[in-house]
Amino acid sequence: MIYPQTGMSVVKILEHLNVEVDFPSAQTCCGQPAFNSGYRPEARGVALQFMRAFKDAQVIVTPSGSCAAMVRHEYATLFADDPVRLAEVQRLASITWEFTEFLVDGLGITDLALRLPQPQSFAFHDACHGLRLLGLGNAARTLLGNTENATVCDLTECDVCCGFGGLFSVKMPNVSNAMLQTKINHIEASSAPTIVTGDASCLTQMNGGLSRKGSDKRVRHIADVLAEGLEGAE
Amino acid sequence: MDVQSNNFIGLAEIAIEQGTIPQAVSQGTRMANGRRMVAMSAGTEHGEAMRQQAAYAKRYALQHLADLLEEAEERLTENGFTVLWAETAEEARQHVLAIAQRHHITRVAKSKSMVTEEIALNDALIEAQIEVVETDLGEYLLQINNEAPSHIVIPVIHKSKDEVRALMQDKMGMPYIEDASEMVAFARQRMRKTFLEAEMGITGGNFVIAETGSLCLATNEGNGRMVTTLPRVQVSLIGIEKIVATVEDYATLAQVLPRSGTGQNLTVYTNILNGLSVDGGAEHQYLIFVDNGRSRIYADSRYTEALACLRCGACLNTCPVYRSTGGHAYGWVYGGPIGAVVSPLLKGLDQTTPLPNASSLCGSCKQVCPVDIDIPRMLLDLRHDIITQHHGEFLISASMKVWEQVNRSPQLFELGGKMAQLGLQMGADEWVPNPLGDWKAYRDFPGFAPQSFRAQWRKHHKENKHEQQ
Repeated sequence: MIYPQTGMSVVKILEHLNVEVDFPSAQTCCGQPAFNSGYRPEARGVALQFMRAFKDAQVIVTPSGSCAAMVRHEYATLFADDPVRLAEVQRLASITWEFTEFLVDGLGITDLALRLPQPQSFAFHDACHGLRLLGLGNAARTLLGNTENATVCDLTECDVCCGFGGLFSVKMPNVSNAMLQTKINHIEASSAPTIVTGDASCLTQMNGGLSRKGSDKRVRHIADVLAEGLEGAE
Repeated sequence: MDVQSNNFIGLAEIAIEQGTIPQAVSQGTRMANGRRMVAMSAGTEHGEAMRQQAAYAKRYALQHLADLLEEAEERLTENGFTVLWAETAEEARQHVLAIAQRHHITRVAKSKSMVTEEIALNDALIEAQIEVVETDLGEYLLQINNEAPSHIVIPVIHKSKDEVRALMQDKMGMPYIEDASEMVAFARQRMRKTFLEAEMGITGGNFVIAETGSLCLATNEGNGRMVTTLPRVQVSLIGIEKIVATVEDYATLAQVLPRSGTGQNLTVYTNILNGLSVDGGAEHQYLIFVDNGRSRIYADSRYTEALACLRCGACLNTCPVYRSTGGHAYGWVYGGPIGAVVSPLLKGLDQTTPLPNASSLCGSCKQVCPVDIDIPRMLLDLRHDIITQHHGEFLISASMKVWEQVNRSPQLFELGGKMAQLGLQMGADEWVPNPLGDWKAYRDFPGFAPQSFRAQWRKHHKENKHEQQ
């Protein structure tokens, strides 16, 4: 709804690699907002919809470390007392990948042979759930680093939370904002005009703050930046 | 200490607006966190091995807690300690007061101890007309300024050097001194008298070793050593979870504790007390094991691992929430991520409802914990408890029900998206009360794209099929 182009970027890159892509239209949300706020029956209800939507999938890829972490780690908690569904969510967990992780660790591709139309500099913000729940490491940096015309710069405290945290930013906006302002100061101090991250939620938080502050810098999703390289390569 | 935790949001706002607290805290925590990373070889195989070994030592002790406590009591008694048990804070206070009365105590010197903060021991002593002086410099400054510590190991982290100087000039009659180490020297001079005059020394404890009956203290100022040797009566209070099985386990933990807390390979003073000395020192040694809710935490297997905590403060130092608010915002003795877990467990969720939500679940606390406590998982379990114990907010609970129904139906989900888009185009966010209201106080919302992913995907998919035909 907010970032449809990111979904299309993922589709373009996967199809570029001759991966057959489907988008099961029965899918909705993974249920994390309810789970993280303590509403487990509601999260379970939504997780059941996820299970219906993806029952025939061979591989599930999502451009969000947070959603992938929900499926991989928390579904087992939701169905701990339901052996049949537990087995099914464990199967789903084993085939669910974050987008850059799928490319690098799943397909074994570290160089997508991409070229950005113009030389650009980027710095990375490591989204928390991808970094610490999935242990994503350097997949995204590797892919962008191997893209022609892309220079990867440093961002101070790139692994510190931006303060989004889902409902946390709604329930405790002042604390969330204090964390955001620290992040923005680091972004402003970075030599890169563009920050790259792997989660739409962090991106919304950081861009919301940068825009309010009148900064020229922006945060973009890794899939969108890579897809731009696709155009350059063609 | 009254529990103010239900006012977390308000207290946090005051700290953030005021500004100097987050500045001092964020400087201190970043420094400690940076040193920790070096000392713990963070991110390396060696560092991970150290963490795992430490995590195992504490979990082993928790699994055998009852047996180890009995063994410890036997060995400690053989070593000359008088061992006492306190089920509640009140019982612990009464033990100390009874000891003080028995030995005609009027002056007490204390070394830093979180468990005595937890049971509000100083208030009880003062009420009984017993003079009590904190001898850890940070704690002392807070005591003379009538403040509570804001950090587990760096109690005065919320004050800048200038603020500390002003406080010492004002309350201790210190002349203007520029250099921090000279300021410390001034305080040290003053403290010497306290140690010499005290009749009773009170300490906390970092570990009790069951197999040898030893009490272990880690300090950097040497005050722990003074307090346990100079006064004629020595009393130590320690939570029942601070037990370890063997000297070997202690050796592991004594390394990760200072490395994780302050980035030191070892604290400056590492004390192992094995009972009364034959040539001088204290004449009486008491050790009080404090439960005060720990058995209850132990009994709920979801939260048992909270008792593995070494109180090193590493999770506070890395936490972006703690860095932004400081420790006082948490409204009780324990702040930061571990405080957000143990305060609700010790004081009940009705007094501490906001704390489990005072986290973005970034997971940094678990990553730095030297004994690998899964704090984010416990925060999630506590959030679930908040809802099942009916401390949830009505509006959010009702919205969640609707949200669930929408997300269980792909048709409703797509329709909901279209309606939200239409609503936003009509400027609904300006006149409909919406939960994003406060969010938007600090940030711009990007708005919705003109064409949804589903629409773009359908078009793309159709074209692809067309090409293939």
